[in-house]
Amino acid sequence: MSNLSNLTRGLFKENPTFVLLLGMCPTLGVTTSAINGMGMGLATAFVLVMSNLVISLVANSIPDKIRIPSFIVIIAAFVTIVDMSMAAYLPSLHESLGLFIPLIVVNCIVLGRAEAFASKNGAFASMLDGLGMGLGFTMSLTILGCVRELLGSGKIFNLPVFNENYGMLVFVLAPGAFLALGYLIAFINRIRKTN
Amino acid sequence: MEYILIFIAAVFVNNIVLAQFLGICPFLGVSKKVSTALGMTGAVTFVMVLATLVTFIVQKTILDPFNIGFMQTITFILIIAALVQMVEIILKKVSPALYQALGVFLPLITTNCAVLGVAIMVIQKEFNLLESIVFAASIAIGFGLALTIFAGIREQLNLVNVPKGMQGSPIALVTAGLLAMAFMGFSGIV
Repeated sequence: MSNLSNLTRGLFKENPTFVLLLGMCPTLGVTTSAINGMGMGLATAFVLVMSNLVISLVANSIPDKIRIPSFIVIIAAFVTIVDMSMAAYLPSLHESLGLFIPLIVVNCIVLGRAEAFASKNGAFASMLDGLGMGLGFTMSLTILGCVRELLGSGKIFNLPVFNENYGMLVFVLAPGAFLALGYLIAFINRIRKTN
Repeated sequence: MEYILIFIAAVFVNNIVLAQFLGICPFLGVSKKVSTALGMTGAVTFVMVLATLVTFIVQKTILDPFNIGFMQTITFILIIAALVQMVEIILKKVSPALYQALGVFLPLITTNCAVLGVAIMVIQKEFNLLESIVFAASIAIGFGLALTIFAGIREQLNLVNVPKGMQGSPIALVTAGLLAMAFMGFSGIV
């Protein structure tokens, strides 16, 4: 398998959010604005790359029976690093993402890639896979964040697009998350079918 | 009275799935039939209350006195993973009938973010032990309520003609969105 396909697989063909429907909790929970979605995506991408790298290096020396708990501890260590660095350098983003940062640890994408790819492949390939999946996740979260922010408050990345009186508040609130993602997936399925 | 308030707030106003977006994976995954939804609810309630109890005690007796709060994520997820395994082994021995009913759902619960989420939430909200237990049980009931209603709707949805592009996950998400809208009606009660 070529390096390029390891990298691009996560971006389009096996996009974790829109195609595989993994990691739904942060996808719906933090995408009230484009910047939050992007921050969450990049934090997850970092954890994915690092945990994939470490797991691919140590996978052979871990007994099969305690494989999953060991993977979880490795992932949790990197999540803690992300959590503490964000609290130190990006306090406002850290506050708006809140509970969802420690919850990266139970994001099915991270453990899924560790189990399905990193435990069976070399270090470099695993890093590329983690990077591709992470960027794919970041991309989907940013798109969903843009859609919700645009419809909800008429802005994208805090830049006003529509008249300032505009705003369908429901898209920033909980129901809007489900609705926006549902229609976005239907739209993407449509594009994928016609290609 | 305050326990009733915690209960109503956790079940209706801040419903864990529809307002806080935790536990979406099982919500979308095991909600095709009402009977499986009920089984999942039972397993989640059991594990959530137990996990909250244990993590709360560990936080107050180990993490806080030794000032190692930064180990919270690692410690909690390990406790939950171990607890789920243990519950599975004990149930198998003690009550095969209950194991039959809940067994298939137990391994799925380790990656249910609602369990870890509630364990962290009770620490952040600075609840005492009893409040934490009530909170965890209420959250689990709220999860079960949302899951069961959603499963009921999806059973009906199988019988109608859904436009082709919307079949599968898109229509499920739109349904969940409408359900979330209905639950928004509870906001402001507490």
